[in-house]
Amino acid sequence: MYSEKFTESIKAVEAAREKNIAYEPVRMTAQEKDDLLKKYHPDYKAEEFEELKIGPNKGEKVPTELAAMLQAHARISADDVDLSKPDYDVDVLVIGGGGAGSSAAIEANEAGADVMIVTKLRIGDANTMMAEGGIQAADKENDSPAIHFVDAFGGGHFAAKRELLSELVCNAPEAIAWLSDLGVEFDKDAEGNMITTHGGGTSRKRMHAAKDYSGAEIMRTLRDEVLNRGIPVVDFTSAVELILDENGKAAGAVLMNMETKELLVAKAKTVVIATGGAGRMHYQGFPTSNHYGATADGLVLGYRAGAKLLYADTLQYHPTGAAYPEQIFGALVTEKVRSLGAKLVNAKGEVFMHPLETRDVSAASIIRECNDRGNGVETGNGLGLWLDTPMIEAIGGEGTIEKRIPAMMRMFGKYGIDIRKEPILVYPTLHYQNGGLDINPDCMTTGVENLYVAGEAVGGIHGRNRLMGNSLLDIIVFGRIAGQSAAAKCKETTVGALTLGHIAEYEKEIADAGIETDKISPMLLPKYEKNNIM
Amino acid sequence: MENMVNIFLFGKKYEVPDNLTIMRAMEYAGYQLVRGCGCRNGFCGACATIYRIKGDTELKTCLACQTKVEDNMYIATLPFFPLVKQVYDINKVSPTEQIMMQLYPEIYACIGCNACTKSCTQELNVMQYIAYAQRGEYEKCAEESFDCVMCGVCSSRCPAGISHPQVAMLARRLNGKYLAPKCDHLENRVQEIKDGTFKELIEALMQKPIEEMKELYNTREIEK
Repeated sequence: MYSEKFTESIKAVEAAREKNIAYEPVRMTAQEKDDLLKKYHPDYKAEEFEELKIGPNKGEKVPTELAAMLQAHARISADDVDLSKPDYDVDVLVIGGGGAGSSAAIEANEAGADVMIVTKLRIGDANTMMAEGGIQAADKENDSPAIHFVDAFGGGHFAAKRELLSELVCNAPEAIAWLSDLGVEFDKDAEGNMITTHGGGTSRKRMHAAKDYSGAEIMRTLRDEVLNRGIPVVDFTSAVELILDENGKAAGAVLMNMETKELLVAKAKTVVIATGGAGRMHYQGFPTSNHYGATADGLVLGYRAGAKLLYADTLQYHPTGAAYPEQIFGALVTEKVRSLGAKLVNAKGEVFMHPLETRDVSAASIIRECNDRGNGVETGNGLGLWLDTPMIEAIGGEGTIEKRIPAMMRMFGKYGIDIRKEPILVYPTLHYQNGGLDINPDCMTTGVENLYVAGEAVGGIHGRNRLMGNSLLDIIVFGRIAGQSAAAKCKETTVGALTLGHIAEYEKEIADAGIETDKISPMLLPKYEKNNIM
Repeated sequence: MENMVNIFLFGKKYEVPDNLTIMRAMEYAGYQLVRGCGCRNGFCGACATIYRIKGDTELKTCLACQTKVEDNMYIATLPFFPLVKQVYDINKVSPTEQIMMQLYPEIYACIGCNACTKSCTQELNVMQYIAYAQRGEYEKCAEESFDCVMCGVCSSRCPAGISHPQVAMLARRLNGKYLAPKCDHLENRVQEIKDGTFKELIEALMQKPIEEMKELYNTREIEK
């Protein structure tokens, strides 16, 4: 329910609706986009970044909050556990129970490896579960993996590792087929053709969806498959430190029961980090669309053990986080809302940009419209802009919203806002970690042998910005590759004596660099208290 | 000035601002959540919650992350509920009525009390989708249950011991794999990639200088 203070602005939006639906805004030129990003995108705020003083990326800048975690003390010291008596001894240890971890575990199991998942919350408590809009794959006649490649490479500012991006686009149709075969219900027409739409920055309609529960539908199916296969899932247990062997290869992890704080030793021939993103780090004070456990743990674990980061200085701020009501502040409003025809409209009822620019450009444009041009709507929680959802019903016909984006209708409906009839208020929210650990196309890190990474913890697949629908895709494609690679590598791996020697070495680096900190990492969970509630 | 309300977390009284969700109110009160908190956005079902407003006989259910506190709200979270999940091989089952009889025979003991539907945190017609499952109408069951977040509240209220979310999960997988129409363009494209149809195109992109890639990107044709 909107209070009276919004009435005037809503009237302006309604009055202009018919005209705005017909209006075709032009897309920005490359130069306009560059200028906009440099001035308004949070990634370009120099004072929010800090140079790393130690580790494989010494001298490079990362967000201040991440630097604090990367250069913090370990949660344990080597004396806290007895490595000669492992509590678990497996072929493949998968850290993380989201889409990437589950895909990796299924493939490792398929390859005959003894695989185990550890996850600090439950299997499925992951950003995968919350992905709404869809998953890209070039499987239509007018499309090809090459066109998908160009869209993603350009959208990511020509920074993606091309050998990773080619894996992503060439394995995309197979990923959809694999999911369909597991029973994932994609939106199809009566003949079986996939119902696909645009996402920001796509040049073909290749966004596959399962209503606006795309990630949830994928995640619950993968979880069901993991359980059907009898793959052990050790839940409410977090990896707090990697274990290496005497030859410097990854060989397991020290685990901590999140409830009892008991420490456990998991020995493994290969390790897959699939720990996901970092929204709960609340970079630059932004709210987030991420799940509770998104705290960059995998980056910290890998970095301390010697793995390199790539593009850790670039984050994705989703242009449309909920700006009102405050109970859902920062929650994701799927890009699919714009794919279906809703445009962004300012307080005066004006369309100020093409609704399907890439996410970084859209976010920067919204920030400019609100903070610089003074065309934002005061929400009580900062500024926001209108996303004119009734346009969807006008364009697609009555019932389109209920059929295609039921989760959005429900989310706002709980607060008395009927998105079929009323527009909604949005502002950018911290959504995705573009950067992460550097890997080869087989998912092994470039720095630590037998350490694999998949999903949001990887850096380099998308370059410096990710297109909608390429994340659900990458967790499946690279999750599967990681599981297959890690299982194959087991067969030729003999684990040497286990060691946690890298902890003391890292502590020495901290001391030698003159870093004074009382922080410990990985963070595991954010701490929300009375005056710190996001 | 914030308006404060009294809530009772597991029976203990706390005063919290009235604009908070139950989940945020627990944190405001000082809880550091480990259980009962997942996506915080209504998709994961971790925060199933039961409450009663003082003086009201009706027991209500909700997701703690999606529900505002009210004055005199007595709250108990349900972070785990022992659902029965039967194990099966998706490649060896078929979408017939028999599979439900084998795996989840308790659905036929439904007494029609509708407690599941009344308690659903997503406002789904749970009893109806169980009825579809009983009749082997998996497509309808899949559609009716699609928005399920598997929080388990329905099962906690069921006198017949049915694990509704797991029944629906099976129905959706059967529908997605066996009943939904096959997608020809997808199969064709997977085959084309296996045949190496796009290999040269991709290899050319792998080598192209950045300036040429920029030109290609900035002048690409965008489907209407």
